[in-house]
Amino acid sequence: MTTTREVRLCVPILARVEGEGALDLVVQDGRIETLRLRIFEPPRMFEKFLEGREYSELPDLVARICGICPVAYQMSAVQAIEGLFGIDPGPWVRAMRRVFYCGEWIQSHALHIHWLAAPDFLGYESAVGMAQAHAGVLQRGLALQGLGNAIIKLLGARSVHPVGARAGGFYAAPPAEEVAALRARLVAALPDAEALIAWAASLPLPASDQDFISVSLRHPLDYPMNEGRIVASHGLDIPVSEYETHFAERQVAYSTALFADLHGRPYLVGPLARMNLNADRLHPPVRAALARTGIVFPSRNMFHSVVARAAEIHQALLEAIGLLAGYRRPAETAAAAVPRSGTGFGATEAPRGLLWHRYEFDDEGCVRRARIVPPTSQNQGRMEEDLRGALEALGLDKEEEALRRRAEMVIRNYDPCISCATHFLRVRVARP
Amino acid sequence: MDTRLRVAVHKFSSCDGCQLAFLNSGADLLRLMPRVEFVHFAEAGFIAPDAPVDVAFVEGSISTPQDVERIERVRANSRYLVAIGACATAGGLQALRNDADAAAWMAAVYPRPAEIGALPVSSAIASHVPVDEEVWGCPVNEWQLLHVLQARIFGVRPAIENDKVCLECKRRQAVCVLVAQGAPCMGPVTHTGCGALCPRVRRACYACYGPAENPNAQALAARFAQLGLAPAAIARRFLSINNAAPVFHEAGIVWRERHDDHA
Repeated sequence: MTTTREVRLCVPILARVEGEGALDLVVQDGRIETLRLRIFEPPRMFEKFLEGREYSELPDLVARICGICPVAYQMSAVQAIEGLFGIDPGPWVRAMRRVFYCGEWIQSHALHIHWLAAPDFLGYESAVGMAQAHAGVLQRGLALQGLGNAIIKLLGARSVHPVGARAGGFYAAPPAEEVAALRARLVAALPDAEALIAWAASLPLPASDQDFISVSLRHPLDYPMNEGRIVASHGLDIPVSEYETHFAERQVAYSTALFADLHGRPYLVGPLARMNLNADRLHPPVRAALARTGIVFPSRNMFHSVVARAAEIHQALLEAIGLLAGYRRPAETAAAAVPRSGTGFGATEAPRGLLWHRYEFDDEGCVRRARIVPPTSQNQGRMEEDLRGALEALGLDKEEEALRRRAEMVIRNYDPCISCATHFLRVRVARP
Repeated sequence: MDTRLRVAVHKFSSCDGCQLAFLNSGADLLRLMPRVEFVHFAEAGFIAPDAPVDVAFVEGSISTPQDVERIERVRANSRYLVAIGACATAGGLQALRNDADAAAWMAAVYPRPAEIGALPVSSAIASHVPVDEEVWGCPVNEWQLLHVLQARIFGVRPAIENDKVCLECKRRQAVCVLVAQGAPCMGPVTHTGCGALCPRVRRACYACYGPAENPNAQALAARFAQLGLAPAAIARRFLSINNAAPVFHEAGIVWRERHDDHA
């Protein structure tokens, strides 16, 4: 019997997540007394020091919130600026921004699948440990990660904090021969991306059946990335500007990241949420590759997130290949911006999920207030809910080591970015 | 006997983008594994924060009382300590709070600020412990970090570039955006290492690699004024990614005060 057993599990530094966080778990008399995903990275207070900065600086400044998804921050910011200023950047910019974003999805998802998640499913402490027994898998993953970075570099000159994007478009357009050379590499990688989906689906993923709310953007034609309305699996369908009417953030004592709720309930953002709400928008080859795995989306198994990430790599490759076909350098790479005062809203799908921005600008185009809601703070409540369910399903009478491993696997499955989550900490107090 | 270089990667307040250079090194990183042992590198799955190492790479700025204690332990356990990136070398973008009322900011961001526990300033690693090498850049790149690792494998000091971005533009035959476009380019005062990326996409450098050797920041600021930049805009050019680097901070404050005098 386990009724008198007490388990105190403290994982002071979570391995293989972006940024640093910890987990506290206390099990007493066969039930969970305490379960805390503790995020203790110090706040960087971005929202405060964005005040007074000009709109033209925002893409470079907000990128610094996250080294893994800087493109997402840049794209949500330019959308907010352009929406308010009434700028239409035109079809070339729209297409190239999607390509740019595809690069980030590919590199971030390949990084997560191979460096962070795969060791859990294959029984290693790190990807370095997998290098011998799973050399082919790791090489394929690193090559995809490198391709994602190459796409970002094509338009942004470097993959971390790229310098190419601006309000209105891009500073410069890549030469056609560079585009053609990269596009050929993307085409050549398609079999790897398809194989990655099959491989992800073949991993020993634990069974799990949970009732949760998925939230993502949805676009009339495309799989969501750079634009759309915010939708939820239980029926919400709102424009980006109405986010604050339905979603609220709260502070908890043990975390420097705020928790977000939808109508008082935790919810999921990220690849699985996107797949659950937008599988009908996938390119046919991705749908076919998924059909061969037998996994059906929408899925209530959180561990299908890794399959969703692999599918999004394939989707992003196909998308970039299509958008770069027949590439021509445009006469102008950016539309002119004329500042206007008011409030602008932006939301895009970062690799980890919905990334929502709101800026109030003065008539010179300087920020008066900023609010940024990153994906990881939105997922925090859902992660704790999942952890409870997953550990109870595993059996609280299991060895501490088994509980720790499963708990870490559950957390990593969300690909939490603690750097993002804390680097935002937003303004939730009432202001005069 | 294991003769591999024992390496740790530590994170303080940062965006994670500098240590990502290791994970973005791909096959090159795996090729180094016979020579390098990662002892602590949480994101890659290695956890031993207090183990002794030959080289510690430190990303991020010091911004909490716990950070102050932790960086002292890192220093004590490391034969060679390398601060990487703008946060570790200059306090980072988040050092913008150093000139502000940090308590008021915390109260604005958190409903219960007392539970957060942050220092009023964000500071560079070298403000707290002796640092053997600084690699500037926001972000640092793969070649910089692999170069430091290679040098330490051979037990020598890494050769860090010290030129200004201007020289890199000349080497790469990039058209000068300051001269040709009248763009407020920070290249003349900025440390190279990035490859002059911004001028090569026809935009002004924004100094993410920090101050170069002997920069004449005030002269460049005066040139920006001649180009028509308002004092507040000049101040923002300097008070950005590397705002707490002394030479940038000084120039930025001078021009911010000129703005305040006119306001």
